[in-house]
Amino acid sequence: MRYHPMSEADRKDMLGVIGVGSVAELYADAPARMLSIDGFDLPGGKTELETERLLGAMAARNTPASRAPFFLGAGAYRHHIPASVDHLVQRSEFLTSYTPYQPEIAQGTLQYLFEFQTQVAALTGMEVANASMYDGSTACAEAVLMAHRLTKRRKAVLSGGLHPHYAEVVRTVSRMAGEEVATLAPDVFAKEDLVAEIDDSVSCVVVQTPDFFGNLRDLSALADACRRHGALLIGVVTEVVSLGALTPLGAMGADIVAAEGQSLGNALNFGGPYVGLFATRQAHLRQMPGRLAGETVDADGRRAFVLTLSTREQHIRREKATSNICTNSGLCALAFTIHLTLLGERGLRRLARVNHANAVSLADRLARLANVEVLNATFFNEFTLRVRGDAARIVEEMAARGVLGGVPVSRLLPNAGLDDLLLVASAETNTDEDRAALAAALEGAH
Amino acid sequence: MLDRPTRPAPSIEDRETPATFTGHRGLDHEEPLLFEIGRLDASGVDIEEPAPFPPRLGGLERTEPIGLPGLTEPEAVRHYVRLSRRNYSIDAGLYPLGSCTMKHNPRLNEKLARLDGFADIHPLQPQSTAQGALALMEELSRWLLALTNMSAVALSPKAGAHGELCGLMAIKAAIRARGEEATRNVVLIPASAHGTNPASAALLGFSVRIVPAGEDGVVPAGAVEAALAPDVAAIMLTNPNTCGLFERDIVEIARLVREAGGYFYCDGANFNAIAGVARPGDFGVDAMHINLHKTFSTPHGGGGPGAGPVVFSERLAPYAPVPFLRRDGETLHLVEHTDGTESFGRMTAFHGQMGMFVRALAYILSHGADGLAQASRDAVLSANYVRASLRDTMTQPFGDRVCMHEVLFDDAWLRGTGVTTLDFAKAMIDEGYHPMTVYFPLVAHGAMLIEPTESESKASLDLFIATLRDLAASALAGDRDRFTQAPRLAPRRRLDETLAARKPVLRWSADRA
Repeated sequence: MRYHPMSEADRKDMLGVIGVGSVAELYADAPARMLSIDGFDLPGGKTELETERLLGAMAARNTPASRAPFFLGAGAYRHHIPASVDHLVQRSEFLTSYTPYQPEIAQGTLQYLFEFQTQVAALTGMEVANASMYDGSTACAEAVLMAHRLTKRRKAVLSGGLHPHYAEVVRTVSRMAGEEVATLAPDVFAKEDLVAEIDDSVSCVVVQTPDFFGNLRDLSALADACRRHGALLIGVVTEVVSLGALTPLGAMGADIVAAEGQSLGNALNFGGPYVGLFATRQAHLRQMPGRLAGETVDADGRRAFVLTLSTREQHIRREKATSNICTNSGLCALAFTIHLTLLGERGLRRLARVNHANAVSLADRLARLANVEVLNATFFNEFTLRVRGDAARIVEEMAARGVLGGVPVSRLLPNAGLDDLLLVASAETNTDEDRAALAAALEGAH
Repeated sequence: MLDRPTRPAPSIEDRETPATFTGHRGLDHEEPLLFEIGRLDASGVDIEEPAPFPPRLGGLERTEPIGLPGLTEPEAVRHYVRLSRRNYSIDAGLYPLGSCTMKHNPRLNEKLARLDGFADIHPLQPQSTAQGALALMEELSRWLLALTNMSAVALSPKAGAHGELCGLMAIKAAIRARGEEATRNVVLIPASAHGTNPASAALLGFSVRIVPAGEDGVVPAGAVEAALAPDVAAIMLTNPNTCGLFERDIVEIARLVREAGGYFYCDGANFNAIAGVARPGDFGVDAMHINLHKTFSTPHGGGGPGAGPVVFSERLAPYAPVPFLRRDGETLHLVEHTDGTESFGRMTAFHGQMGMFVRALAYILSHGADGLAQASRDAVLSANYVRASLRDTMTQPFGDRVCMHEVLFDDAWLRGTGVTTLDFAKAMIDEGYHPMTVYFPLVAHGAMLIEPTESESKASLDLFIATLRDLAASALAGDRDRFTQAPRLAPRRRLDETLAARKPVLRWSADRA
């Protein structure tokens, strides 16, 4: 086997040093009757070429975004990733290192995490950020748990504009932990009255902008209402490129920001791995989940970075930890930070403008179709269409014609009476021809 | 065994490196922070400014600067390449972190995960256009179920700790379905467990009851029996355990827990010792997470991403989270909603770590059943070889006995030398090695947990062993400087961790610079 360096002679020598006759003797503590591969009705090993053929054939059965005009979003976005990003994340020293427990020989990871934390804090308008979570949805659930710890209350209010899967993730954990969640009805037009939901029993309000339907929300009044009742405002972002164009959540009064960072540096990957961003105020630092890279000095007084405040974490605090998270999304955070460094302030702002321009152009084009209605008054790079008929069926029909034309709302909200709604996202990756193809496909759909 | 004579120890002065004008030392470059070298108007991405258009941002435009310096591509490449060179990696050397399974990460896996058909597909595109992706998930599931002899698998958990949460939520759902939620709220956990175990249990409102291990380092069935009561929901047991020992009473423990109305959660972090050799389902396990980033070689990436699929016994299978796969003739479907199921719900926005699934399946297919068994046996052989080669010098907390894929030493042998486990670990850095896991598990004093994995050649193990013997001889001979001053040859010497925690600086800011 090409990955196993030991020869039979080596194995024999080693058994001799150990003083046993066979490897089987090393498994002496396991129940003997259960030690057998007889029960494994599985094939033998394959060459690199064979493995490549098998998985290549599976890959070939999928329709990648590169092969079709592509307009899907709903929490995962297709942006162009500069070639240098993937080259750099594949550096052995990044790719094949562990969590930086030995800081003297992990300054590379620790420094980029420190830079990542700084970028995330700046982008979200918050004071501190952690070294990443699994993804946006789990970051959101962790934010709710953190709010419960801070407020000593147990009720979360979820906006009807929150990504339905994020809401489900929060509800799953809360239901299991015996905590209360109030979820508002799907809020297609961002008209819900969240302020009316807040009272002194509410721990936090979770609201997303741009919201699931693409609407932009000003959270300032909501933040004031939360403050009056001692509740925390959790702001969620699923498309971080929007932060290049929009007022950051921190400036609107959010106490915690949970975001999906996939848009920068990370491919669609059929849903994972992605990278959760988590930011908050300095005052809440010690209730934060996850790893934190901090600055310090070494024995020679030189600047250095180290994982810090680990007394919050499971490996020290065990059942009293702020979270059970251990492995996070280090390499995805690296891809994120490299992409953002390549963009810089100027690049990110311009990328955001191009995204918005493309979406505006698409919305204007689609608004002219007789069988489609654009529902949003405001949006960034994604908006909601009302189509005639079942959006899921229309999407299948478009796919058959080679257009990946958006996400039917019913895929995420199957029983909400929203079967005629279609989410459409347009990034810098779309061309004018793509937009024309989508318009033609929608026009021809019925 | 390689017999390398001890080199004459250079004096401390000889080891000092001369000061340089740049601060760099040969190939070791000091690298400033991005915020010290970047500019707000620099960019490594060319984007054309769009023609003017009426925005639809509803007056929510960002007006203030963000504070994100950029770099052009050559500057960015240099910045990150220089940072990368300050990291140890499995590609560069043996990485014996116990319980972390730092094995070789095959590059074929990276190549395949980057195929457009896997990397450039959207989680919500029509399932008719992603049948190959679903087939890959089905094939991976088939292997995981066969290797564990379990009934169902949840692929969506994002890492080991997320898998623990998944398993415990299924257990809680099952207990709830039995109407015993109010009374069954305790999880039994041995003292040697990973910290994630009690943290996961606590997150769901369980209380933790510690089960003591016996003097031989494993949990005796009698101790479990004594801890069992009608309030016990589950036991969380790592097998092989974090002392590197196979839980000898595991079958009996499973039976006792089941008869007492509880469930058996197995922490699968150490599956690399038994994959292809023994099946957890045969032991009576009800749920177990599998760290694809350990046993199945997906890269650790400096702390993730991981993937923690959970396999379930028949009695927990109905409660598995959504989404899950369902085959309908030639077509595969993802069931994404709980309606009409007993599923406990959803754990993450999409379907799990697809990129990791591709890598893990490439690893599994490359090995085949025989290759996986060989990997496990070689991992166990290597750990025992290290044990047998060091047992005359270093002490083991539970005596010298056969171990699984990792070997646990304590610091009893260092007593009186003035050298601590931490010092010893730091001296390994100067010798070009990443230290083993230290001070874990907590049940061993000054623990040193060594997991060499199957990826090392005998020659590599021999040099590692000779190095540890040389270090041990130094420690016992009283050469304290080699340890207390270590590391001297790394990019940084020991860090002031107290300062970092007392006055946390977690981001760069202009006023401090």
